Amino acid sequence: MQETELDVRQLQEQVATLTAKVAALENSRKDQLSIAIVSGDMDKILAAMVISLAAAAMDTKVKLFFSFWALSALRAKNKKAEGKDFISKMFGMMLPKSKDNLKLSKMNMAGMGPVMIKYLMKSQGVLSLEQMFQQAAELEIDIIVCEMSMNLMGFKKEEMIDYPHLSYAGATTFVADAGESAIQLFI
Amino acid sequence: MTTEELKNATVAKSVDARGTACPGPLLEAKKAIGTIKTGDIMEILSADEGTKSDIPKWCSKQGHEYLGAVEEDGFFKVYMKKK
Repeated sequence: MQETELDVRQLQEQVATLTAKVAALENSRKDQLSIAIVSGDMDKILAAMVISLAAAAMDTKVKLFFSFWALSALRAKNKKAEGKDFISKMFGMMLPKSKDNLKLSKMNMAGMGPVMIKYLMKSQGVLSLEQMFQQAAELEIDIIVCEMSMNLMGFKKEEMIDYPHLSYAGATTFVADAGESAIQLFI
Repeated sequence: MTTEELKNATVAKSVDARGTACPGPLLEAKKAIGTIKTGDIMEILSADEGTKSDIPKWCSKQGHEYLGAVEEDGFFKVYMKKK
């Protein structure tokens, strides 16, 4: 009688240990996609958005970490930030303002390339970047802006797009999120 | 299911995604799936070849049943059952 009680207790302990291990394993590989988007080229932002939308359509949680050149894609066309120093103003002027003005990584041809690609995309029923961001918002894709590179390039929060799931964080957030994600990409 | 069976299946929802390219058809299918009941059959019309391999993958991930595809003139219909 006492022996069975002991067995049951041992079993309960084992079950508890296993449950904890399974929980840890589940957390280490969540159904989640993390992308560090560093490039600000139109083609690369497009690729990132297409992959993100496909993942979100499959109910995979998507977290996009935008930093460096990719921040150009998050600048709002009609917003302005005051109180910038000289270098920040220069950066602001020389970098594309908004996702509509991004350059192609190849065949940019002084702006002819993007015009041609946009025409082709439209005629073949590919969503525009603007539409992709709208879909992303509907599918609750998270956009995390790298605070450090934003400050470095002199961008301000008030000139970023209105996006419902936008937040600001540092590299640690990306590393923590990516560590839990089943898929991690760098674009 | 055979082509004949698919053509005669009772479709609860038809999604016409012929005007959009990848990942458009998938996004439209995702939106439409919420409007039908478990056990209902949905068809997705697409001219984007990738859809033929994307929808089965989506079904297996989401636990729906992929039924097959039927070629039409210049496009195709993909059938799936909601689980």
